[in-house]
Amino acid sequence: MMRKSTALSPLARLSIVMACCPFLSACTEGVLVPKGPVGAQEKQLLLEALIPMLMVITPILFLTLWFAWWFRSSNARATYRPRWEYSGAIEFSIWMIPLLVILFLGSLAWIGAHQLDPYQPLASKRKPLVVQVVAMDWRWLFIYPEQGVASVNELAIPVDTPVSFRLTSATVMNSFFIPSLGGQIYAMPGMQTQLQLQASEPGNYRGLSAQYSGAGFSDMHFQVLATDEAGFQAWVERARSAATPLDATVYDRLAAKHESSGVAYYAPASGALFDHAIDHATKRPESTSGVSASNPGTTLSSAGSEH
Amino acid sequence: MSSDSASLDMPSEDPGVQLTSRQHVTGFGFYLYLLSDGILFAALFAAFAVLRTATDGGPDGHMLFSARNAFVETACLLTSSFTCGIAMLACDRRNKFVALIGFLVTAVLGIAFLTLEIHEFSDLMAKGYGPDRSAFLSSFFTLVGTHGLHVTCGILWLGVLLVQFLLRGFTPAILRRFLCLSLFWHVLDVVWIGVFTFVYLVGGYL
Amino acid sequence: MFGKLTLSAIPFDQPIIMGTCIVLILGILAILALITYKKKWGWLWTEWITTVDHKRIGIMYTLLALVMLLRGFSDAIMMRSQQVLASSNGHGFLPPEHYDQIFSAHGTIMIFFMAMPFVVGLMNFVVPLQIGARDVAFPVLNSVSFWLTAAGALLINLSLGIGEFSRTGWLAYPPLSELPFSPGVGVDYYLWSLQISGVGTLLSGVNLLTTLLKLRAPGMRLSMMPVFSWTALASNMLIVAAFPILTATFAMLLLDRYLGTHFFTNDGGGNPMMYINLIWTWGHPEVYILILPPFGVFSEVISTFSRKPLFGYRSMVVATMVITLLAFTTWLHHFFTMGSGADVNGFFGITTMVIAIPTGVKIFNWLFTMYGGRVRFTSPVLWTIGFMVTFTIGGMTGVLMAVPPADFVLHNSLFLVAHFHNVIIGGVVFGCLAGLTYWFPKAFGFRLHEGLGKAAFWCWFVGFYLAFMPLYILGFMGMTRRMNHYDDPSWLPYLLVAEGGAVLIFVGILLQATQLVWSIKKRQTLRAGADPWDGRTLEWSTASPPPPYNFARVPQVACIDAYWEAKQEVTTAPEEPFEAIEMPKNSGLGFFVAFFAVIGGFGMIWHIWWMGILALVAFFALIVWSSWDENDEFELSAREVALFERANPHAA
Repeated sequence: MMRKSTALSPLARLSIVMACCPFLSACTEGVLVPKGPVGAQEKQLLLEALIPMLMVITPILFLTLWFAWWFRSSNARATYRPRWEYSGAIEFSIWMIPLLVILFLGSLAWIGAHQLDPYQPLASKRKPLVVQVVAMDWRWLFIYPEQGVASVNELAIPVDTPVSFRLTSATVMNSFFIPSLGGQIYAMPGMQTQLQLQASEPGNYRGLSAQYSGAGFSDMHFQVLATDEAGFQAWVERARSAATPLDATVYDRLAAKHESSGVAYYAPASGALFDHAIDHATKRPESTSGVSASNPGTTLSSAGSEH
Repeated sequence: MSSDSASLDMPSEDPGVQLTSRQHVTGFGFYLYLLSDGILFAALFAAFAVLRTATDGGPDGHMLFSARNAFVETACLLTSSFTCGIAMLACDRRNKFVALIGFLVTAVLGIAFLTLEIHEFSDLMAKGYGPDRSAFLSSFFTLVGTHGLHVTCGILWLGVLLVQFLLRGFTPAILRRFLCLSLFWHVLDVVWIGVFTFVYLVGGYL
Repeated sequence: MFGKLTLSAIPFDQPIIMGTCIVLILGILAILALITYKKKWGWLWTEWITTVDHKRIGIMYTLLALVMLLRGFSDAIMMRSQQVLASSNGHGFLPPEHYDQIFSAHGTIMIFFMAMPFVVGLMNFVVPLQIGARDVAFPVLNSVSFWLTAAGALLINLSLGIGEFSRTGWLAYPPLSELPFSPGVGVDYYLWSLQISGVGTLLSGVNLLTTLLKLRAPGMRLSMMPVFSWTALASNMLIVAAFPILTATFAMLLLDRYLGTHFFTNDGGGNPMMYINLIWTWGHPEVYILILPPFGVFSEVISTFSRKPLFGYRSMVVATMVITLLAFTTWLHHFFTMGSGADVNGFFGITTMVIAIPTGVKIFNWLFTMYGGRVRFTSPVLWTIGFMVTFTIGGMTGVLMAVPPADFVLHNSLFLVAHFHNVIIGGVVFGCLAGLTYWFPKAFGFRLHEGLGKAAFWCWFVGFYLAFMPLYILGFMGMTRRMNHYDDPSWLPYLLVAEGGAVLIFVGILLQATQLVWSIKKRQTLRAGADPWDGRTLEWSTASPPPPYNFARVPQVACIDAYWEAKQEVTTAPEEPFEAIEMPKNSGLGFFVAFFAVIGGFGMIWHIWWMGILALVAFFALIVWSSWDENDEFELSAREVALFERANPHAA
């Protein structure tokens, strides 16, 4: 009986949810409510691809139900054509219709892939802010080489300024994703990827890892503080007042710990550390022997202890 | 059904046709298996191609591979393919003696090939260049080792089959198995030519 | 002596796992006791375990798939419940190290041990009957294939109570699946069980491909082959071409974990991206391995129940083969976000979309098959129409994600999860269930209860939409997959709806179980003759269930829908005398090989080396032993054939 009630109540709830889904998504975060030009273009492209497809599939869905219903065996008015199995004209059009749709969508994909290439610098009068991102188990390290500061799990950016991310991982593969600002890119050990984003509205946005990376993955998110230039400078000053410098030793210790954590700041921090981070991830485990003590998953219950 | 079945590869009541038909079906199936084995090797070749330069500060192919060894290995295997072919021709003529000698020489050449390969592997490992030294060496050992493993299986198979052959002579089952084995052996030869070319020649000299 | 295995491998401190294990062990003991009590061991051994009859092997595959469906589904329900309970600051009832095993097991089991055996089981049962053959090309090998698949399934389920399962997702991406990050036995369970079952699948692919290409009834040219057989041909071609890649890839990962090689490690020059490329060059064709045979099922069902030939047979075949070829050209769309560059992403975006063309053609063909027909709304037809609607939507969201920049924002989100469930449940599962209902009377001689079947369909259908449409929305809201807990309360309502959908699907599964039990009990009233649906292809021309030799006289074929055409001619064939039939003997080889595969796999997982070596030696001995007996066939005399045929009169 309980089963039945849980099965039914969502039914009612769904109709409400479905009815107001456009409104709901309009007032929450997400990729349909972009807060920057990259996200806006990606949303635009998404809709440009979606709408023509909806125009094709809606009649198909309608025809499916209609044909099935009309040609039901009990319908005496429908003509039965037991040997009808071929029509050149229909054959031709059922290959041509999808072909044309795909021709359109294919060019959309090709052009979109080039226009929104995450490596392509954004057009802007302002000089882009460079942020180096290191994915760790299970937190994000942001290094601001030009400002000489670093932070954990907090990314401050000035609005209307392109941000040029350089990404790598200290451990396993992760994906760096800020849904409100635009698409994601993998952060991989021993490698460097790039991503360009820009915020056009001040606000606090959610950033997270989209690629599962182990036990602490669900806590691997960060705040994006998009502020005006003055706010950003104030944030940099606050970070500079942090007592801990980020050097190779501090970095190695940070990378060796497998836990989620809150926000932290480091100053001074140098951009050279990023190269160290890329290099460090490919070193043999012997040189990072501190890892084994807090290794994830040595026993069944140890991995969950970081909460 | 007997009249049109011969052209359609159906087993027929006529025992003569049935023998060839079953052999044909088995050979076809085995050929498909070999095709899939070829794809397995293709994946290993691809891994080798990707990791060829990933030496992690260790030695690369130029420093490690001996042309003489690889050449002798190639000669062993190619000759064994030839003797295997002769043995198969002898099978078709039901010449027990030549078939036996042919297969025996094939097995001996296979063992010689394996000995050389094991020698090369242990040599490398003794120098500290085992499969755990670098990604390049991992892919080298795996590609060449997988081929060696196939040769080992082939020799074991041949051994068992020869015992059955000595006990029973040319039965339909044994003829069918010889056919499959010879297909297997020739494909290993083709794979080895790939290994020799891409690993030893391109990887070692060019 | 026992490697890494100690008593502490059994998770005594986990009440959920221990409870499940106890129930499972009691259940298995009860079944064993029942078999002993009813003195059915001998029957089980001769009729099922050692059988080489493709029909029985097909049935066993299907049974395995249904059992694994229950296992995979209970994982799904736990995941849905966890996400409902772990809203805001709640952490739910599953800690990450347990939850991560569950979603890994769910994906692995559903693809490798539910969908694969289901599809392979249907092909095994139907293909020889449909092409007028007496069995598959290699009956003993067929039994080996099945038992290897079962061995893999057993091994993966052992991880429930002994040790742990992988916590790396269903494809075990390195470096997470490498030793430094996953030192436990979980990934080894994953790798060994999939290696073992993968070999089984590959051998089955070789077997069915040979059968389709070499054992068709006299006169049946490829251009007359029923569409299900065509899709089986395509699917098995893909199996033969793709599964070796999986074997090689997993072998490399195993070497990394066991011998310290550096294929995919962070250190030593390893390249994790290579794994991702290799696994998807298998993984994308795998999608078509799974979906093409269900396409075939829908084609058979829609044509039979519309009482019309399939519209555009040639288009359908061409579309199937185009999909088969293109399957190998699209793998990169699974990781557009790796930074491969605009040209590469654009290219693979387009190749992915191109596959939508033949798929679209198929949808239209089914549509026009109904046109001018007499559609009977039996439950296979409901599944088919449900599929056409659902799959079209899933296909659309798939093409949407083939646009690289759209994928950048949707990749790894719940939108992706919704998309692939949309095509896998709406396509593969609906198709397999349609096929199950459609061919059940052929396999057992009685129908499944229609009312319960239809009720189950509606639960599945509505449940599916409730469970997965909210996930599309959550994907747009930026919720990523595999989350153990989250802090955004606005996600909760959607997850609640999804949970409700999962429960409704569960009701559907319960109805199906009831349907099965009910139908078996009332089988006398549900008796079906040789041809209960007024079928069109050869499988309906023989008795239900068919005799071990399938056809007393091998049928002659001269056109598509051979049996339908034969039924149109009212001439009674002259009574020819029956002939003796060569039948393959039963063989225990498959069972023993699988037995030692489990031993060997278990030994390797727990580093009990002597067990691995024992299995290897036993395997060699088994092959030699089975090769010693060259008389693997026996003769069924003409008198016995005649006896059966007279007892079971049917059309042909």
